[in-house]
Amino acid sequence: MSFFHPQQQREPAKHAVDPSLQPWVEKYRPKTIDDVSSQEHAVAVLRRTLTSTNLPHMLFYGPPGTGKTSTILALARQLFGPDNFRSRVLELNASDERGISIVREKIKDFARQTPRAQVVASDGKTYPCPPYKIIILDEADSMTQDAQAALRRIMENYARITRFCLICNYVTRIIEPLASRCSKFRFKPLDPESTSSRLSQIATAEHVDVSPAVINMLIYTSQGDLRRSITYLQSASRLAHRVVPDRVIKDFAATLGIEVTVDNDMDVDMDSVKRKRAANFDAIRKKVKEVVREGYSASQLLSQLHDLIVEHPTLSARQKAQSALALAEADKALCDGADEELWILEVALNIHKAVA
Amino acid sequence: MSLWVDLYRPKTLDDLHYHEGLSARLRSLAASGDFPHMLFYGPSGAGKKTRIACTLRELFGKGVEKLKIDQRVFLTPTRRKLDVNIVQSNFHLEITPSEVGNYDRVVIQEILKEIAQTQQVDINARHRFKVVVINEADSLTRDAQAALRRTMEKYMTNMRIILCSNSTSKLIAPIKSRCLLVRVPAPSEDEMVKVMHYVAERQGFKIPDNGEVAREIAQDANGNMRKALLVFEALKMQSVTLTGPLTIAKPDWETYCQKVGDMILQEQSPKCVMEVRAKLYELLSHCIPPTVILKTIADRVVEKVDESLKAEIMHWAAIYEIRMRQGNKKIFHLEAWVVKVMSLYKQFFFDIDMSGFD
Repeated sequence: MSFFHPQQQREPAKHAVDPSLQPWVEKYRPKTIDDVSSQEHAVAVLRRTLTSTNLPHMLFYGPPGTGKTSTILALARQLFGPDNFRSRVLELNASDERGISIVREKIKDFARQTPRAQVVASDGKTYPCPPYKIIILDEADSMTQDAQAALRRIMENYARITRFCLICNYVTRIIEPLASRCSKFRFKPLDPESTSSRLSQIATAEHVDVSPAVINMLIYTSQGDLRRSITYLQSASRLAHRVVPDRVIKDFAATLGIEVTVDNDMDVDMDSVKRKRAANFDAIRKKVKEVVREGYSASQLLSQLHDLIVEHPTLSARQKAQSALALAEADKALCDGADEELWILEVALNIHKAVA
Repeated sequence: MSLWVDLYRPKTLDDLHYHEGLSARLRSLAASGDFPHMLFYGPSGAGKKTRIACTLRELFGKGVEKLKIDQRVFLTPTRRKLDVNIVQSNFHLEITPSEVGNYDRVVIQEILKEIAQTQQVDINARHRFKVVVINEADSLTRDAQAALRRTMEKYMTNMRIILCSNSTSKLIAPIKSRCLLVRVPAPSEDEMVKVMHYVAERQGFKIPDNGEVAREIAQDANGNMRKALLVFEALKMQSVTLTGPLTIAKPDWETYCQKVGDMILQEQSPKCVMEVRAKLYELLSHCIPPTVILKTIADRVVEKVDESLKAEIMHWAAIYEIRMRQGNKKIFHLEAWVVKVMSLYKQFFFDIDMSGFD
């Protein structure tokens, strides 16, 4: 092409994003609650609310990537339709300031507004549009105790016109009075079948060839976290240009330092455990230094080591228990921000003592 | 004139010397339209930042190298003012939220929202999103990490986040599940030697004796490429030909720590504890992180004691290290460890039963 060739006109910037560039996690977020994978119990209850137009206060809890936020967003969309969505739903998450003052002002103000009468939806569909608003408090476990306490009375006072939906990972961090005002839904980690059906569905929609082995690998590495497996699938498919061979995922997974039993990370642990009978302090220390240099994270290492020891065929129950104790101590220490090298060494030495 | 480390820092993904597989992956990720959020982790000096910079350049072209430094003022909910330095180009922005300590949540919330809610106006930009690089992500507080979560999903059209940290242990699971994790291992000794040869070539000299010096430096640096290159340059200044008896100078504090280690083993008495205390205060007042002090001394002590004591000493080092994090007066725990080691050592030699004192 010549230099003077008129430059191709770029398309004017649109507000809508080109769907091919969208992350698959967003693109395939469930549109209706029937699309939500796995969580039958929660979905069954919520489906009834669609017809009866009555909704309790709700508390969703469960590990990341199981569809908590997706479910409530899909439900709200189905209840109110795209037009009323904005005026009827208030979504607050940890990225918003959520101190006690916000609860007192913003949430209270929103909660006390009477919802407007229903208007006909622009897309021609009819929505139930029940006479209440929904306030979604995402990541509620990062709200302060005070802010949660301030919510208590608000939730009751405006229960006629407002419903609350709290979403969190750890239900124990929600104060008891709040939890008792809500009906609780537990979102469990996705079982392999629904993960694999969802993944293959996405793969077909994106014209990517995936073999069952790849899907199994993805399921294994993500451990019930659907979002993570979709992210990996997308990245892997970008790398391998529309076909995803087993090897690439494995390769990929290994360099990403995720749990793959056969990769070199595991080897390191394997032989450090095996050799421990004979090994002395310096050998163990050297091994630990190597692992740290390779950059594997300590928490990763602990969980893999744990799996290995718990499922080990020849160790006695007592040895396993002692090792587990050492691992638990180290995990706590790491959570408190301890130095990784020292604690990996500590674990290795303790296990060595237990196994020898 | 800049240091060799900066002068010969690779600028593009093609220039990178090691981890070719990783570079290839980054390249194809940057080429595809949808770039995920990423989390780079690995030991220090392994080249995380360099790789991030190269990836950015691959994404946006030369524009990312035009940097400007902005000073921004944030207000905390309690009306305290925070000054934060932000390095930014037209396409990306770099912050180190841990600079402001406990208030990092405010910075994260405000900056990310601001970026997320403005769209790229430059029509010629290759991508519609801006990239936010967050350094030292492992020292982000829980609150700040929680603040990242939904923002990362909600504003994905306008913004991508690259986190850079030493380890993933301190990041909460929801963040990890939203990012593509990229591990950057430390280079092996051979790879480091290769890089040093390359630098020497660019500087216009050859490393004598088959690169014996380079190998020594690589061994000493323990996987830290930056340290290796700095030492290499220092040695070159010391002796231009790089021959003769070259000693890799250890930092002062390291020799000082080793001296403390020797003292502990020489004499175990209250008097000696007092001397060690003075030395420890000296080290702390020079801003050597207490964890580093503890580790260096422990390394030294362990080298010299009997096999049966080593495990025990390391065990107590680990215990007091975590106590040090939880407590707030570091010297207590350092001293406690010193005394513990002394008592263990004495027990071992004189076979005294001290179990009642635990």
